[in-house]
This record gives sequence, structure tokens and C-alpha cells, in this order.
Amino acid sequence: MSDASSPKIVIVGAGPAGIRAAAVLVEAGLHPMVIDEGNRAGGQIYRRPPDGFTRTPEQLYGSEAAKARALHALFDRLVKDERLTHCAASSVIAARDGRLHVLGQGGMQLVSYDRLILATGASDRVAPVPGWQSAGVYSLGAAQIALKAQGVALGRRIVLMGSGPLLTLVGAQLVKAGADVAAVLDTSSWRQQMRGLLGLAARPLVALRGLALRARLGGRYHAGVTLEQIEADEQGVIAMRWRDAGGREHVTRCDMIGMGWHLRAETHLADVVGCAFAYDAQWRQWLPKADAMGRAGNGVYLAGDGVRLLGADGAEIAGRLAAAACLADLGQPAPSASTDLSELARLERFARGLARAFPWPEAMARVLPDDAIVCRCENVTAGDIRHGVAFGGCEANRVKSLSRVGMGRCQGRYCQLAAVELVAAQAGCTPGAVGRFRGQAPVRPAPIGAFLRNG
Amino acid sequence: MISAGRIVRLAERDRVEVHFVLDGEMRSALAGDTLLTAMLASGRALRKSEFGPEPRAGFCLMGACQDCWVWQEEGPRLRACTTPIAEGMRLRTTPPESWP
Repeated sequence: MSDASSPKIVIVGAGPAGIRAAAVLVEAGLHPMVIDEGNRAGGQIYRRPPDGFTRTPEQLYGSEAAKARALHALFDRLVKDERLTHCAASSVIAARDGRLHVLGQGGMQLVSYDRLILATGASDRVAPVPGWQSAGVYSLGAAQIALKAQGVALGRRIVLMGSGPLLTLVGAQLVKAGADVAAVLDTSSWRQQMRGLLGLAARPLVALRGLALRARLGGRYHAGVTLEQIEADEQGVIAMRWRDAGGREHVTRCDMIGMGWHLRAETHLADVVGCAFAYDAQWRQWLPKADAMGRAGNGVYLAGDGVRLLGADGAEIAGRLAAAACLADLGQPAPSASTDLSELARLERFARGLARAFPWPEAMARVLPDDAIVCRCENVTAGDIRHGVAFGGCEANRVKSLSRVGMGRCQGRYCQLAAVELVAAQAGCTPGAVGRFRGQAPVRPAPIGAFLRNG
Repeated sequence: MISAGRIVRLAERDRVEVHFVLDGEMRSALAGDTLLTAMLASGRALRKSEFGPEPRAGFCLMGACQDCWVWQEEGPRLRACTTPIAEGMRLRTTPPESWP
């Protein structure tokens, strides 16, 4: 086990990146601590159902079952052999002076670290569609989690919309599970999707698998749509109004909508520990800066979708690399990185292809009507944000202060990117020039009692 | 309406039934359900928005959006998407009035 002289390394996140990072450190004789919000390790894409559920990994993860099995077994073995400390169902809500503030079921505790590996993953990148505050509207990730971890569909008649690999995947998974999927609406046109082809050729099998899943959707799938309005009554969603690529209007009755445009990196903790950020024009979002190995400076390492949106396979590699960098910086023998680095470069080409083929719907966000809600937490509208720009200029945090966009309980995770597009359109500048909402501790809402009891 | 739940159970239906109380009414769910699944199996919403007229039923299901807050009768708030249901839980869709 660890002793007083061995460096204390903390990994935040037990998805593919966090698990691989932990395994490399354990292999080198260290005893890392892994803090994760999940009840069981696996992360989101390889999320495990609670004890007592009986579907096999093949049923849950399809073509990725072997990878999921391997990661889960590896982590469970490290826990069983007491080679690492697993803090499950715990959130890191703040960090300062080499100490993390960790909120778990037993309250708050302080955890000090010498080196910190952040493997915080990503969540759905969503854009507001008028009416999206209604009950029954979920993220695409939510629809997949409900199916995987609970065995349920979130509605009786489902419309999925947005763009990106998850749109097709969730649609195919729900259809296979027997859910009533009425329509799958892709805002990317066929022509746009062809533009990403060159990059997608970096992983031909993955691209072909995507096309096969798309084929399972049959006539439900529509490319190049315009999303107009989510219709709702006092109980929630009742229909989706949209236009097809030819401009014809459709009203699809449904009681559930799943929406998302690929992924948004979860970067709040990287921000709180002082990482530098740069605007990535391809992903249309701010990402923390790190070198190819994941070094972000000050003893902090970043791995997985929280720093580069390469998906689960890329996260496994990035986790190994971050741990290797950490070992090297500690003056310890580290595994060779060259194979992993070249594989990561190939995944990067593929991911850039995805970004081109299934783009963020910036034009849709920019023309939102004034009464459309942008912040679901506090029902801040597009008009409120435009008014903030007229009053205070185009800087993101000033607009935040004036309009309260990004100040709600999700802390800007689901409104920030659309808000920045609105500000940029109103002020006539680029989203990069608008800047980003500063991440603030606590990065998750915390009950005041957690602070009182622990001073 | 108790019969018209929002969610549809597609798999994993052979689990032990558990009972809980929601806004004073007895409800049933399955062991392993999250509060979100348990409440939406027989209901349409988890809470009311404080900023608009609409009910809310969760959004991200991964603990990031905080749309799914519900309350225990004794006061403390819970995140419905990440909290497992337990036999005898007493839940509310509104915060208790005496709770600050």
C-alpha cells in the first residue's frame, strides 16, 4: 500500500480515461485514489446498471461489449486487491492549495494531492429549441442512460433530434429495445455529412458501423431538417414541429424528445484548478490546454473527453498517457508512449471528421426568437441575453451578470454555448472574442450543511 | 394520474417491488430504480419550475443539469436521477414549507 513517502495521486472520474490512468499507476507500484460520481465505476458510455439487473454487456453495449467488460473487470480487480482507493458516489466540488473538497454521502472531506489527473468526461452539447423547457424533453445521453442503466424508455412515443454519432446510436438502440421511435431528425444535411468523409475514413469500420445503425432507423431518419418548435400542454411535450430538407412542415406527435449535438467537454474542475483555456473553432467550445500527453501544468493532467473529444477509445489511450506523463514527471520509469500517441493522432483525424460532418447548429442558436428560453434552470430568454449585450457589451461574464444566463443550478453547462452564439451574433464578433463563463466553486450545488458541519 | 406514467419499462422487469410515499400517496416501484424512474413510472413530472409555469421531469440523467431535484418529507433535497429508491421512502415534489 501507500506510505508517507509515496506521492499522492488523485484521479477524478472512473470512466475509460480514469480507469486506464489508475491501472498504469498501480502497475508502477503507486496507490492512487479514484473519486467518481457514479455508484459503480464505468463512466457514462460504459455505465453499469445497479446490482440485480440481468442484461449482459453484449445486450447493453453492443459492439463495444468486450471493451466494457475489460474495463469493468480491471477496475473491480484493482479495488478488490486494494491497489487503489475508490471514492464512489462522490463529487469534487472545489479545489484549492493542493486540496480537493469532496462531497460524498458521508458529508464533505478534504483530500490532498501531489498530482491530479482530471478525467471528467463530457455531457451532451445541447442547443435550445423553443419549448425545450417542457417536461419530457431530455438529452440524447439521458435517453441512453435510461435504457442502459434502468431498462426504460423515457416516453411512449419518441422523437430524437440534433446531430452526431449519438443521435443514430440512441435511435437504433431504442428501436432494438422495442421503443416507439417516431422520428430521428438530423440538422446536418447529407451534403454536410459528406464533407466529413475524409476524416471519417481514418476509422472505416466505425464509420461503416454507424451507417449500418443508420440503416436500422429506415424511414424514421431525416437529414437536413429545421427544428421549429416543441409543442407542449400543461403536462409536457405533445409534438415536435419541424421542416424537412425540402422545406415542408411536419408535426410529429410525441411525448418525449431526446436532443443533442455531439459532446461538450466537462471542464469546470480544470477551470477551478487554474488550467488555461483556448477556443476551439472546430468544436465550437472552449477547451482546457494540455500537451499531447495531457500535462496541463502545476501537477495537473487532463485525459479523455474533458480535454479532447475523441470518444471512449481515445479516452482509454489518453488515460494511459496522462498516467505515463505523471510517472515521468515524478522521475519514475514510465511506459512508452509512442504507439499510443500515433493512435491518438488517428482518432483525432476521425473526430475532426465527425465535427465537420455533424456540426453544432450555430445558425439555429443565433436566430432564436426573443421569447425562447436559453437557460432551462432559470428560464432566461434569448431576449434577456440580447438585452444584456445592448446594455453591457459582448463579454461573456458581463452578459452573465446582467441576464443571469449561466448562473443557474447547472452553472452554464447546458446554456453557455448557445448563449455565446447569441452574444456573438448580437455584438457582431466571433464566439472566441465573447469569451467563456468562468467556472466557479462549488462546481456542483452543495447543501450549506456540508460546509457548516465541517467548518 | 397514477396509471399514466411517463416512462415505459422495456427490460429488467423481474425485480422486487418496493413501496414509497409521494406527496402523501402510496406508490410502488422496482428495487434498483432511481427516484426518477420510480416517480415517472406512475407520474408525469418530478417538480414544478420555480421560474415558469411548466412542470419538470429531469433532463440529463447524469447529475449535471440539476433539473430533477425532489425533496424528502423531513426536508433534505435529493437528485432524483442519481439516488436509488428504497422501501418506505417518503418524497415530495415541492420543498417542505418549513425548510429554509
